[in-house]
Amino acid sequence: MIEVQRLMKRFGPKVVLQGLDFRAQNGEFVALLGPNGAGKTTFLRILASLSRPTAGVVRVGGYRLPQEAAAVRRALGVVSHQSLLYGDLTAEENLLFYARLYGLERAGERVKEVLELVGLEKRRHDLVRTFSRGMQQRLSIGRAVLHDPQVLLFDEPYTGLDQDACAMLDQILRTVAAQGRTIVMTSHDLARAEDLATRFDVLSRGRIVASAQRETLQHSNLLAFYRQALEAA
Amino acid sequence: MKRFLGTIWAVIWKDLAAEMRSRELLSAMLVFALLVILVFNFAMELDVATRRSVTAGVLWTTFFFAGTIGLNRSMAAEKDRGCLDGLLLAPVDRAAIYFGKMFGNLLFMLLVEVLILPIYSFLYNVNLFNGGLLLVILLGSLGYAAIGTLLASMSVQARTRDLLLPILLFPVLLPVVIGAVKASNGYLSGAEMSEILPFLNLLLVYDVIFISIAYMMFDYVIEE
Repeated sequence: MIEVQRLMKRFGPKVVLQGLDFRAQNGEFVALLGPNGAGKTTFLRILASLSRPTAGVVRVGGYRLPQEAAAVRRALGVVSHQSLLYGDLTAEENLLFYARLYGLERAGERVKEVLELVGLEKRRHDLVRTFSRGMQQRLSIGRAVLHDPQVLLFDEPYTGLDQDACAMLDQILRTVAAQGRTIVMTSHDLARAEDLATRFDVLSRGRIVASAQRETLQHSNLLAFYRQALEAA
Repeated sequence: MKRFLGTIWAVIWKDLAAEMRSRELLSAMLVFALLVILVFNFAMELDVATRRSVTAGVLWTTFFFAGTIGLNRSMAAEKDRGCLDGLLLAPVDRAAIYFGKMFGNLLFMLLVEVLILPIYSFLYNVNLFNGGLLLVILLGSLGYAAIGTLLASMSVQARTRDLLLPILLFPVLLPVVIGAVKASNGYLSGAEMSEILPFLNLLLVYDVIFISIAYMMFDYVIEE
């Protein structure tokens, strides 16, 4: 579960998040929508303990940030538009390295399972720098779920992917969501968000300005909801 | 403790495995170091005695400049594809990540030094295979890698990191430079141990100070 109250983040004089409140229940898939500069990435970086909040209360998986950052990191996996993978290591070596960092027992077996999950078991000995963008993103999801986290954060995971790679990523996202994890995903792709998420939050100028459950939105109505939310903000 | 050491080893292993494939870092450091000693060799027409007197200065200038290239590349590799975030997301003591990077950088620096020493000996006709001098090289390189890794992890966030690192690093490093050059000179000129010891102590003390500062500060400097 994620719980955020009155979150503020400043970079010098610039206020990026101003009193943001957010809550995600176990197993919920939240699509965080908003224009560029709304503060989506900053918000996810704070949830991931990569950036310290200026003020406010942030709890992930029951642990408070930044005081219990190590426990939070154990409970979450992060996928961003960058792969967070080393180009000069093979797919298997990358996952083994992260498995060691997470102190996983039976790391070799777990790495094999994850490579199968993301459909890269046949390319496990290939260097990551030889992978297409789509394959790197699939391996990046493998890296994020390696330690079986309860919370997954996706920051624009579809950036730079072609249609085939997007479809494959959709399938992997559905698989990991079906395992009961809490997922927060930022995206500019409303169609994909509508297809995958169970809740839609609109972030504008550092605040959540609207929120809707999938059931309350009629089919293909997300675009109208999104526009209305931004206009009202 | 086991987890802490395991993390350090994982980071060193990762840096070594990546470098074995690309050889970018070592080759850049080695070529640069070779060029520096060649340029000094041709720029200064020196007799045997004078060559011996400038050896310590030329050696440490070469090691530190080549080391800066190594530090920049080592941290740039972490910035590439957002890997630094990947490291910081791990539920480990971040000091272990620092020590892993620091020992990796030290290892690369020592490898370059091991290759440069015989070439320097041949070009300058100076015998550098002296146990005391090798100890000074180890202590000087340790101090350099300790503070260099910390400052490189700060400067890697900046667009002008290639320029920023030497500007930050060299003033802070002055006590190590002085200690290393003076102690090396002492061993090369056959000075008494009582003359060399204060500079060895200076190196040791600064190594401890730099490692302690980095241990305490790394978690703060690496975050936004």
